[in-house]
Amino acid sequence: MKEEHKHIKAKKYGMVIDLDKCTGCGACMVACMAENNVPFKEDETDKLLSITWLRIYKLTNGKPFPETDICYLPRPCMHCEGQHGHAPCVSVCPATVTDYDMETGIVSQIYTRCFGCRYCMAACPYHARYFNWWDPVWPEGMEKYLNPNVSPRMRGVVEKCSFCFPRYQVAKDKAMAEGRREVEEHEYQTACTQACPAGAITFGDLNNPKHAVYKLKMSPNAFRLLERLGTNPKVYYISSREWVRRSGDNYLANEVKIKKL
Amino acid sequence: MSKLDDKKTDQKGQEDGVRGFIILFFIIGLFASLIVGWMIFPSLLYSKKKQPIDFNHVLHVEAVDQGCESCHYIREDGSFSGVPKLAQCVDCHEEVQGEDPEEAKFVNEYVAEGKEVPWLVYSRQPDCVFFSHVTHTKMAEMDCATCHGAIGESEHSKIYEQNRISGYSRDIWGKNIAGFKKNTWDRMKMDDCSECHVKNHVRQASVQTKKGGCFVCHK
Repeated sequence: MKEEHKHIKAKKYGMVIDLDKCTGCGACMVACMAENNVPFKEDETDKLLSITWLRIYKLTNGKPFPETDICYLPRPCMHCEGQHGHAPCVSVCPATVTDYDMETGIVSQIYTRCFGCRYCMAACPYHARYFNWWDPVWPEGMEKYLNPNVSPRMRGVVEKCSFCFPRYQVAKDKAMAEGRREVEEHEYQTACTQACPAGAITFGDLNNPKHAVYKLKMSPNAFRLLERLGTNPKVYYISSREWVRRSGDNYLANEVKIKKL
Repeated sequence: MSKLDDKKTDQKGQEDGVRGFIILFFIIGLFASLIVGWMIFPSLLYSKKKQPIDFNHVLHVEAVDQGCESCHYIREDGSFSGVPKLAQCVDCHEEVQGEDPEEAKFVNEYVAEGKEVPWLVYSRQPDCVFFSHVTHTKMAEMDCATCHGAIGESEHSKIYEQNRISGYSRDIWGKNIAGFKKNTWDRMKMDDCSECHVKNHVRQASVQTKKGGCFVCHK
């Protein structure tokens, strides 16, 4: 029985985002907030206090007019694997709130365990974690639009992108009702992937050669953010532009880009 | 000399009396606090509520062919139907069929008015819990009774005991205040789920705990 379990290859869910396709429209951010019951406030002008599991950053090459170029970069949680699942946030959490699942490769966050010390926020180099300074208040009638599969958060806890994990649970339920143990690629897709009108986001199992992400991540134009920190993130970006790839990490001015670590 | 001795024994006798009184007082206090802690407090901790309709499971199980799954079934998409909605009951209970006053109450108050019955769910889990019935009943071939007990053999709905602090049912917290468990269905806390998961090696893939990953049962 135990041996049998070991033979099933562990999944490693990840994302490949094609930055050449991203137009920065923000549909993924909207879909993410709706899917995951992400709270918002009446006044969202102070972006330091807003919660955005997926956030689009604007990169510029900093050159004057004729050569000026911009690039939009959507940033979900990177679900870092680190070394053997020791992601930066997982290592620092004193309450086992956040955990790395070796079977799916997803970094989980259990809100009811969190007591809000925010070590994980300090540890995360991607600013992917957000703190609930207030209890969520939904505009009258909007609570009917909340997703019942995602538990809402309360004041004083940290939250972050879960790769829409509840969708995996629901997909798995359906597969099991049909007598299957495994979930097909199209059955488990994140909300941002499905919402992107440009098809820039691809999601799937990085360990499964049949999934689209498996090939995409091997593109010579693929890179990950702050790779040299050793966080081993599971979100890959693709860009044909050298300056975009270079802005994915910190380089010295005279440094020639080192290929892969 | 002898007078002095008398005085000493007198003092000793008095001291013994005081000591005995202290011990007696201590024992009374101990018993009183034990009774308060183990009997009065637990009964105050839970408020007792009656189901809106006293439901007879025995009668219904006899009338259907597929046991529990006739009413509590798994939908095509793998989700669990839970407590039946009014529409399901109306199939049979459009009119009063028997003599039972509870059935008459159900038909007159709910069916006639088209109002859902506000059943109190004994096994309602907190928001953060994801429980898949299909995984346990179909894939792991577990009986309903393993977690829910012999509820199908009940002729009356038992009193719903609600924890005044957390709002959850006593079937979640457990009947025994000391935490002793005789049957698998006595309690439905996280430890009870993980006890079985550890025993059966269910997805023991967590990096932090080396036990089950959190996103197996949480959402």
